[in-house]
Amino acid sequence: MPIAVLLATLIGLTVAGYYMGRSRAVAVGGHGTRHLNSLPSYYGLYVAAWCGIPAVSIVVLWLALEPEIIRALLVATLPDVAGTWSDGTMALMLNDIRNLAGGNIVSRDVDPELRTAAEYYAFLRNTGFAAMAVVALAIAAGGLTYGRRAIHPDLRARNRVEGVLMVFLIISSTVAILVTIGIVLSLLFEAIRFFQRVSPVEFLFGLEWSPQTALRADQVGSSGKFGSIPLLMGTALISFIAMCVAVPVGLLSAIYMAEYAPPRVRSAVKPALEILAGIPTVVYGFFAALTMAPFLRDWGSQIGLSISSESALAAGLVMGIMIIPFISSISDDVITAVPQSMREGSLGLGATKSETIRRVIIPAALPGIVGGVLLAVSRAIGETMIVVMAAGLAANLTVNPLQAVTTVTVQIVTLLVGDQEFDSAKTLAAFALGLVLFFVTLVLNIVALTVVKKYREQYE
Amino acid sequence: MDEAMTGMNEEVGLSFGADDSEPLGQTPGSASGAETPAKFVSRGVDVFYGAKQALFSIDIDIMPNEVTALIGPSGCGKSTFLRCLNRMNDIIDGCRFSGSIVLDGEDIYARAIDVVHLRARVGMVFQKPNPFPKSVYENVAYGPRIHGLASSTADMDEVVRTSLERAGLWEEVKDRLHEPGTGLSGGQQQRLCIARAIAVEPEVILMDEPCSALDPIATARIEELIDELRTNYTIVIVTHNVQQAARVSQRTAFFHLGKLIEFGDTDQIFTNPRAERTRDYITGRFG
Ligand SMILES: Nc1ncnc2c1ncn2[C@@H]1O[C@H](COP(=O)(O)OP(=O)(O)OP(=O)(O)O)[C@@H](O)[C@H]1O
Ligand SMILES: [Mg+2]
Repeated sequence: MPIAVLLATLIGLTVAGYYMGRSRAVAVGGHGTRHLNSLPSYYGLYVAAWCGIPAVSIVVLWLALEPEIIRALLVATLPDVAGTWSDGTMALMLNDIRNLAGGNIVSRDVDPELRTAAEYYAFLRNTGFAAMAVVALAIAAGGLTYGRRAIHPDLRARNRVEGVLMVFLIISSTVAILVTIGIVLSLLFEAIRFFQRVSPVEFLFGLEWSPQTALRADQVGSSGKFGSIPLLMGTALISFIAMCVAVPVGLLSAIYMAEYAPPRVRSAVKPALEILAGIPTVVYGFFAALTMAPFLRDWGSQIGLSISSESALAAGLVMGIMIIPFISSISDDVITAVPQSMREGSLGLGATKSETIRRVIIPAALPGIVGGVLLAVSRAIGETMIVVMAAGLAANLTVNPLQAVTTVTVQIVTLLVGDQEFDSAKTLAAFALGLVLFFVTLVLNIVALTVVKKYREQYE
Repeated sequence: MDEAMTGMNEEVGLSFGADDSEPLGQTPGSASGAETPAKFVSRGVDVFYGAKQALFSIDIDIMPNEVTALIGPSGCGKSTFLRCLNRMNDIIDGCRFSGSIVLDGEDIYARAIDVVHLRARVGMVFQKPNPFPKSVYENVAYGPRIHGLASSTADMDEVVRTSLERAGLWEEVKDRLHEPGTGLSGGQQQRLCIARAIAVEPEVILMDEPCSALDPIATARIEELIDELRTNYTIVIVTHNVQQAARVSQRTAFFHLGKLIEFGDTDQIFTNPRAERTRDYITGRFG
């Protein structure tokens, strides 16, 4: 593990740099540290930064660029015929060279040419790494010396360290943003490939969903239908049922907790509700599929309703239960944030507690509550496990909650589970669906957050 | 902890000496000398926050159509006493009341009393203006709506207008009745809160430092207003501003460390206080 050894050495040097910088600062400062611009540990960090950051950056840079550089060097030495190879053949060849060098199985007979190439490849890697290690260590040592020399009572080490810290913070947040952008882009590119096969109009407005692509042209039912409306309807139906359960229960329990519950009850009920939020969704899933759905079916048959054993109702009810803690906890926060002076003002005019809640507290808290509900909706729309287990796969275009429906997330799962060819419209459809889902929840979240934020400002 | 508290209270009592344990001034009951019955009669009012006693045996008679000012250094229990008068302390966890407060011959701490009805009769204006996040109109109409005081929209318009007029705010807001009450200036907000309290047609208005967040001009307006309101209402006002008490009130009660030190005609209190503490406080030597 030479790379680990190298990194350990660099870290060791950096730590050493810290202590050297600190003691040097104390020495330079003379009597006590009062004349120093900064505390000695800042000088230590300053030297450590000079020692560690450039060197580690070199290592990281090398690790990122190494494959490309070596590939270019290797291709240059291959026989001339290589110029005529297709991309695939070239990739296969390079793979074999790498595998041979690494002592793995190779997909062709090993001829001397291949062996030479492999040896060359191993040589390139080793020299490259050695060179990089030397450079990195030299830079670390140089940085250490420079940093230590630079120590001077007037050096504003504190501000310098602050600057380095800020750069780190910026890098971290940039990484988070870049990852998000990367995810969106990959979704977008696959979705575009899908829309090259299926027209966006059909996808967005089509009323039928039967995603299949033919293996042979004369196959029965060879033409797939990619209308997403039934899926969106299913998602909307289930989310609607879920909200019908979660909003009243969540809101009322929040009102009880915030306004009526004595502190002792509150301290017991609130964590209990939060446990609800901690249950893995797969557990809710089998609760929906194995308990709720059969219960609804039996109960339905008693009163003469035919409820299919996979129904939007079962999935929606259980999803509603899952969402209760979201709504209750956000609403509780928002209601408690309404200033006490509002309550006193209303009670002082001779309003009862419930009048106060209905006419002053809830209207004042409403924007925040709406924001919470919107966040919960976007959570419901994206929820997968419960619907996969309880809602069914039939893409019925219906608003009847007693029938089986399917949702966007369920279809994404079924399209991608198992062996798939990754260039058929069928699999690519999953990305288009994912994009739609992403877009809808994104809009909901933005709206919700703006609403919540606006509300927060109101009382500040 | 309990013992420590009691010990502390005794110490406080001692430091005042025996003559301070009974408030100086007019003896309760004969406050005005004449037959006018007092609006509020408070006897032996003790209030505790948890184990801490905030008020010690307060006896005060509050006369109708007068302004009674409660003064005293911070933390002496003025707000606590004020909030006893419409039972606002009920909503504070751990607050305990004993003694009796009688409003027009009726003990407001009796079991049979309807607190909601009591608060409609005894309105309150708070230290910080606290208009609801609703329109100016809705702020004033809030109380009348709850109590069904207006039978039609026209009626309600009338109630809102007269309340705002009496609070001296009508001219300033008549064109913006449907804009949010929170958008008014601090002084306007406070007058809006007064209008809101008046709209319920209470008999008594309690004001807890109503001018502490206002500039001198707004303060002067509110003081004027208080003087006008006196003809129709009984007013109890808490204030930190000794001059204000002298300007607006007919009677003044001086509190110190939870005890009523002196209670009497404002003129007498300010010209010839009987207790040394009172003199020190109104001349600004402590507090
Ligand atoms: N909600 C409460 N919980 C516990 N103690 C309280 C509470 N409210 C007031 N107290 C205590 O009761 C005592 C009297 O408080 P009160 O608010 O009546 O004083 P105040 O005279 O109005 O003071 P200020 O002039 O500063 O408003 C104080 O010692 C205070 O700390
Ligand atoms: Mg107070």
